[in-house]
Amino acid sequence: MKAVSTISGTMLPLDRADVDTDQIIPQQFLKRIERDGYGEFLFYNWAHTDDGTPSSDFIINDPARRGAKVLVAGPNFGCGSSREHAPWAIQQWGFEAVITPSAADIFRNNSSFSGLLVVELAQDAVNRLIELASSPSAEVRIDLESQTVTADGLEERFEFDPTAKERLLQGLDGVGVTLTHADTIAAHEATRAAHLPVTIEASHT
Amino acid sequence: MTAPRTLFEKVWDGHIVVDSDPTLLYADLHLVHEVTSPQSFAGLNASGRKVRRPDLTVATVDHGIPTTGRALGIRDPLSKKQIDALVQNCLDHQITMFGLDDPRQGIVHVVGPEQGLTQPGLLIVCGDSHTSTHGAFGALAFGIGTTEVEHVLATQTIWQAKPQTMAVEVEGALPWGVAAKDLILGIIAQIGVSGGTRHVIEYRGQAIHDLTMEQRMTICNMSIEGGARAGMIAPDEVTIRYIEGRPFAPKGKRWDEAVETWESLVTDSDAVFDKVAGIDAARLVPHVSWGVNPAQTVPVTGQVPSPDSYDDPLQRDAAVRALEYMALRPGTPMFDIAVDHVFLGSCTNGRIEDLRAAAKVIEGRKVDSRVSAVVVPGSMQVKAQAEAEGLHDVFESAGFSWRDAGCSSCLAMNPDVIPSGERCASTSNRNYEGRQGRGARTHLVSPAMAAAAAVAGHFVDVREWEAS
Repeated sequence: MKAVSTISGTMLPLDRADVDTDQIIPQQFLKRIERDGYGEFLFYNWAHTDDGTPSSDFIINDPARRGAKVLVAGPNFGCGSSREHAPWAIQQWGFEAVITPSAADIFRNNSSFSGLLVVELAQDAVNRLIELASSPSAEVRIDLESQTVTADGLEERFEFDPTAKERLLQGLDGVGVTLTHADTIAAHEATRAAHLPVTIEASHT
Repeated sequence: MTAPRTLFEKVWDGHIVVDSDPTLLYADLHLVHEVTSPQSFAGLNASGRKVRRPDLTVATVDHGIPTTGRALGIRDPLSKKQIDALVQNCLDHQITMFGLDDPRQGIVHVVGPEQGLTQPGLLIVCGDSHTSTHGAFGALAFGIGTTEVEHVLATQTIWQAKPQTMAVEVEGALPWGVAAKDLILGIIAQIGVSGGTRHVIEYRGQAIHDLTMEQRMTICNMSIEGGARAGMIAPDEVTIRYIEGRPFAPKGKRWDEAVETWESLVTDSDAVFDKVAGIDAARLVPHVSWGVNPAQTVPVTGQVPSPDSYDDPLQRDAAVRALEYMALRPGTPMFDIAVDHVFLGSCTNGRIEDLRAAAKVIEGRKVDSRVSAVVVPGSMQVKAQAEAEGLHDVFESAGFSWRDAGCSSCLAMNPDVIPSGERCASTSNRNYEGRQGRGARTHLVSPAMAAAAAVAGHFVDVREWEAS
C-alpha cells in the first residue's frame, strides 16, 4: 500500500445521505479477479443513462471536476455490502480521500487497508465544505499526521484510529505487522477448546 | 469478581490475542466465497504466504452462479473465471469447498448453520456483510473486506476497534401472520439505516426467544441494514437442539463440553449496554418497503409516504429521489402497487421455514398471469428438504419456477436480473437502486407476503388470506 500523509486538491460534492456501496460500484462490475479496473465504473448507474452514455447532469461527468482529489459526501457513506471494490473504484477514479459526517463501519475499515483516507467531520463542517465545493477550483488540505482539515475559512480536527493512521502514514503491509505477533497467535491457538469446530471432515471423528 | 458483561463482551474477551486498541482477535471460522476472495488469494500467493488454518476455513460458491442449467456450465466468462479461481485456490491451499456439484452447496450464510459449523461463542468472519446472520447462534460474526480476507487467511486473526453495545429489547409476542422479516424491518424503520453504526446489537426479550433458529437468522442477517457491526442472540435450548447432530457439530464428550460453555453465553443481569432501543412486537403488522433503503418501509395497510413527512432535509431529498426511482406517488395505498416479479430466496429468507410459509399461502392457488415468480432455495440441502416435503410441487403447480441454490436475484450478479423499470416483491435484504438490476424496483417483504403478492398480482395483507 502506498503511504498517505497529506492530500491537497479540489473537491467534488455529493450531497446525499446513505450512499451504499451498490451505488459506488454496482454488482455487474464485481466479477473481475484483479484489484484494478474499477475507476471507470464509479457510480456507474448514476453516471450513465440506460443506453450507457454518460449522463451530463451527474457531477462526476463534469469535465471541470475531472482532477478532484477529495469526495465530500453525506452521512452514512459506504453503507451496505462489504465489497472492497468500493474504495478501489473511488481511488482508481482519482480520489485520494472521502470527507463525510459518518462512514459505514466496513467501508471505513476497507478504506484504511486500501489507502483511501476517510475523514469524519461534524455535519456543519461538511456542509461548509459542500458549499465551498460548489466551485470546482476550491481546494481542501487534509493532514493525517496532525489530523486536520483546512479549507477557505475552515480548520477542523478529526478523530482517527491510531493503528490505521500508522499503517497509512507508513504504507505498511498489514499481514507483515500482524506476523510480528506470531508467537502470541500460536499461544492463543494452544488454549483453544477441543470442542471447537474444524472444517476438515477427516479429522472430525 | 469480574464486572458484569454482555454476551458480546464475553465472546470478544474470549478471542483477544493482543489486547490493544484496536484489538487483535482470533477467528474460529472463516467462510469464503468466489466474489471477495480472488484478490486475497492472489495477494497471499504473491507474498509467498500460506493459509494458516485451512481447517478453520470453508468455501462455497453462491454470488455469481446460475440457478438453472448448471449441467451446461457457467456461460458468463467472467463469473466462470471467478469460480475457477476459487476452485483452484481451495485446491492449492487444501480448503474444504462445497462446489457447484456438491450437495451441500448454497449461500454461505445458509450453509454454515446447516452444516453445524456455526456455533455459539465463535468468532466468524466472511467477506460478505450478511455474515451478521451467524450471530443468531450467539456467535460474534461480521463482514470484512478483501484485504482483511487475505489477512485472516494468512494469520487467522483480525484487528478490530471494539464496538459499543446496543440492546434491542423486543417485548410482546409476534402476532399471527406477522413474520420475523416484519420484525427486523420494523426495527430498522425505528433505528434507521445507521442506527447501529459502530455497535453490536443484542436482540433480547421474550419475542426473540420464542423465535425458531431460522427466524433468528432472518433477524440477525439484517443487522447490517441497521448499520450494526453485528447482531447477536443469546443461545438457549432452541439453539442447542438446532445444532445437535449436524455434520460438523461436536460429538460425545466434546458435545457436553460445548453445551456447558454455550450455556454461559448470556448477558449478565446487571450488565449495561451503551445504547438501548425497544419495540413492541405485538403491535407489528406486515411491512413492505416503498423506497431504496431498508428503513423506507410502511405497513402493508399504509400508503406511500410524502417526502414532507421527513424533518431532516437530507432524508427528505432522499425520499424525493426514492419516489422518482420507484415511480411511486405519495398517498398511493400499498395494496394498489402491482408487481411484475416475485423473488423468494436469499440468505435472509431462503431457508426451509421460509419456503414452507410461502407454500402454505399459495397451495391450491395460481400465480397471477402478469407475474413472473421464482423460488431459489438458500442451499441444495434446503432444496432437497423442500422436495422431500413436496413443496416444489406446490410451487410449480402454482406457476413458480423452481431453481438451484444461490444468491440469485438478491444482488443479480448471475443471470437472474430483474429488467429495468419492472417491480419485484422480494424476500431479500436490500432495496437499493439497481440492486436487482439496473432500473429494477425492489419491494422488500416476508416470504408469505411475497407469495400472496405473486397470486394477487399486487401487495395484499397476508393476514387476511391466512385467515380465510
